[in-house]
Amino acid sequence: MFRYLIRRTLWAILLFIVITFVTFVIFYVGPNDPARSVCGGQQARADCLVTATEKLGLDKPMPVQYYRFLKKLVIHQDLGTSFATSQSVNERIKEAAPVTASLVFGGAILWMIVGLSVGIFSALKPRSLLDRMAMVFVLIGVSAHPVWIGLIFEYVFGVKLGWTPIAGYANFFGAASDTGQAGGPWQWFYHLILPWMTFAILFAALYVRMIRANVMETLNEDYVRTARAKGAPERQVIRSHVLRNALLPVVTMLGMDIGIALGGAIFTESVYNLPGLGQTAVIGISNQDLAIVQGVIVFATVAIIIFNLFVDLLYAWIDPRIRLT
Amino acid sequence: MALLEVNGLSTSFRTEDGIVQAVEGVSFSVEKGQTIGIVGESGCGKSVTCLTIMGLNPKRNTLSRGEALWKGKDLLTMKPSELRQIRGGEISMIFQDPMTSLNPVHTIGKQLVEAVLLHKDVTKRVARQRALELLKAVGIPKAEGRIDDYPHQFSGGMRQRVMIAMALINDPDLLIADEPTTALDVTTQAQILSLMKRLQEDFGSAIIMITHDLGVVAEVADDVLVMYAANVVEQAEVHDLFHRPQHPYTWGLMGSLPRLDADVERLTQIPGQPPSLLRPPSGCRFHPRCPYVMEVCKTTVPELVPTQRDADHLQRCHLDEETKEREAAKLLAATMAEAAG
Repeated sequence: MFRYLIRRTLWAILLFIVITFVTFVIFYVGPNDPARSVCGGQQARADCLVTATEKLGLDKPMPVQYYRFLKKLVIHQDLGTSFATSQSVNERIKEAAPVTASLVFGGAILWMIVGLSVGIFSALKPRSLLDRMAMVFVLIGVSAHPVWIGLIFEYVFGVKLGWTPIAGYANFFGAASDTGQAGGPWQWFYHLILPWMTFAILFAALYVRMIRANVMETLNEDYVRTARAKGAPERQVIRSHVLRNALLPVVTMLGMDIGIALGGAIFTESVYNLPGLGQTAVIGISNQDLAIVQGVIVFATVAIIIFNLFVDLLYAWIDPRIRLT
Repeated sequence: MALLEVNGLSTSFRTEDGIVQAVEGVSFSVEKGQTIGIVGESGCGKSVTCLTIMGLNPKRNTLSRGEALWKGKDLLTMKPSELRQIRGGEISMIFQDPMTSLNPVHTIGKQLVEAVLLHKDVTKRVARQRALELLKAVGIPKAEGRIDDYPHQFSGGMRQRVMIAMALINDPDLLIADEPTTALDVTTQAQILSLMKRLQEDFGSAIIMITHDLGVVAEVADDVLVMYAANVVEQAEVHDLFHRPQHPYTWGLMGSLPRLDADVERLTQIPGQPPSLLRPPSGCRFHPRCPYVMEVCKTTVPELVPTQRDADHLQRCHLDEETKEREAAKLLAATMAEAAG
């Protein structure tokens, strides 16, 4: 287990270096001139360009630039300064990350609840009414785009029924401020219900299908027959022998999908006007604010790497075949 | 009273292509401490017979008729909770493939303890002690150190020993072994067979041994059922079966036994494949492959009837007794000659 941990951690570090390098190359060595972005694009004044080039270290050879970029990142955890607003990128991300984290993890919990309950029940009662309804839900969830779903939810639940806010975010820890912005756990939850539903529907659909297939396959395993032959009651067979095996791959999938879902968060954040990482990146791109975009990407990849590492270790802990190799 | 009495057991499966009659009209009984061999090619209904007795067929598409009386009570109509008490307690089962029959995510100790706790009201510590005892009995070396290992840390033969330990842990009256040696290599097969024989003496369990290997039957069985295409085609005491086989299918099986002492070229085989049970052949189901086929075989289903010589020797064939005696004697002489020469 210890050696597995070491090996897996070394891989994570290597992955980090490769990804930061690629990000760096795309943004600093590509045809874009970062200095031009700082000085306001096409109309940039020559003296501004010179100062900016010097300040950003663009006159140095590329390996040196990368080294300085990496050093700043690793030693000072500094992602630089926004070209457009001169705000520290770290500050901006610190504000945006909790929003996205709330959305992604809350959404993941929601899709796991739906995926597990509907998936397992469908597998145990295939061709039942619920199973068939679940398959219709899967079809809709997989086919419909989150932006469309988001707008429909907004219209139905927010505008027509008036049950939920239409857009915006409320800070979990903050109190309601006099600027009219709501705060506190309940407001946080209240504002995120629709975004969670929108965000989770695609993955809930995929997970229902995957969990249903896994459970049905595991039900046919020889060791499940062995458990029944031992005289184990059906509930114990399902819990101790079927689910434990059927849900192993789901843990890995979850680790990877949370990373993929982070990309999908951009849509949900745009529809509901949540000031998260996705929206920050979108604004950064439209402003040609490379520092912000790069900061979001580096932060997101590091988050995904750490999360995947955590999931792999969790997987090794629950699957003895991996633990011991 | 017989321990297990199976009367006219039939099982069919509803599939997308139609109804598959997997077992038809099988009857036999098992006495205390006795060993019954069920032999036949793959897909002839041997395993389904036993899974039906155990109530382990998928419920959704299975239909069973007949009865399987366990100490006088019918297993087929029993309440699930009652059946669970018998399964793994009084009747236990060993399966063909030890590589997939143990749950990969639990230690073997945990799986053995689970079997004990399902049937006996004892503490975990006592159950674990019992598990350890059984692991030693089936010959797992250094059982104390291996009880907390996972199935993938054992070889195939060792896993089958664990399965046997699990089957015997509650001192069952009947052990159903579904091709327990098929997935193992030859030397391991011999070890497992002799282990089972020894344990049968120690534990006094009756055994139903399912196999496609007549050699295994000759080794362990008292009575033998030969099955072909869902039917029993011959049923006899083991000595009788080997000395006076009555059915051309049995002759075929005997002729295709590989012998170390005979010419390899003389290894014969039964031509063709077992028929599809979705649309079995008319008349005698063996007629398309039978070298002695007559007109009557193609139209009339032969009954399972006793031979004139012996009321306990049942066979299902239209051939006259004289021809059968002659052919059986010829086969026996050939086997003897090979063994001698």
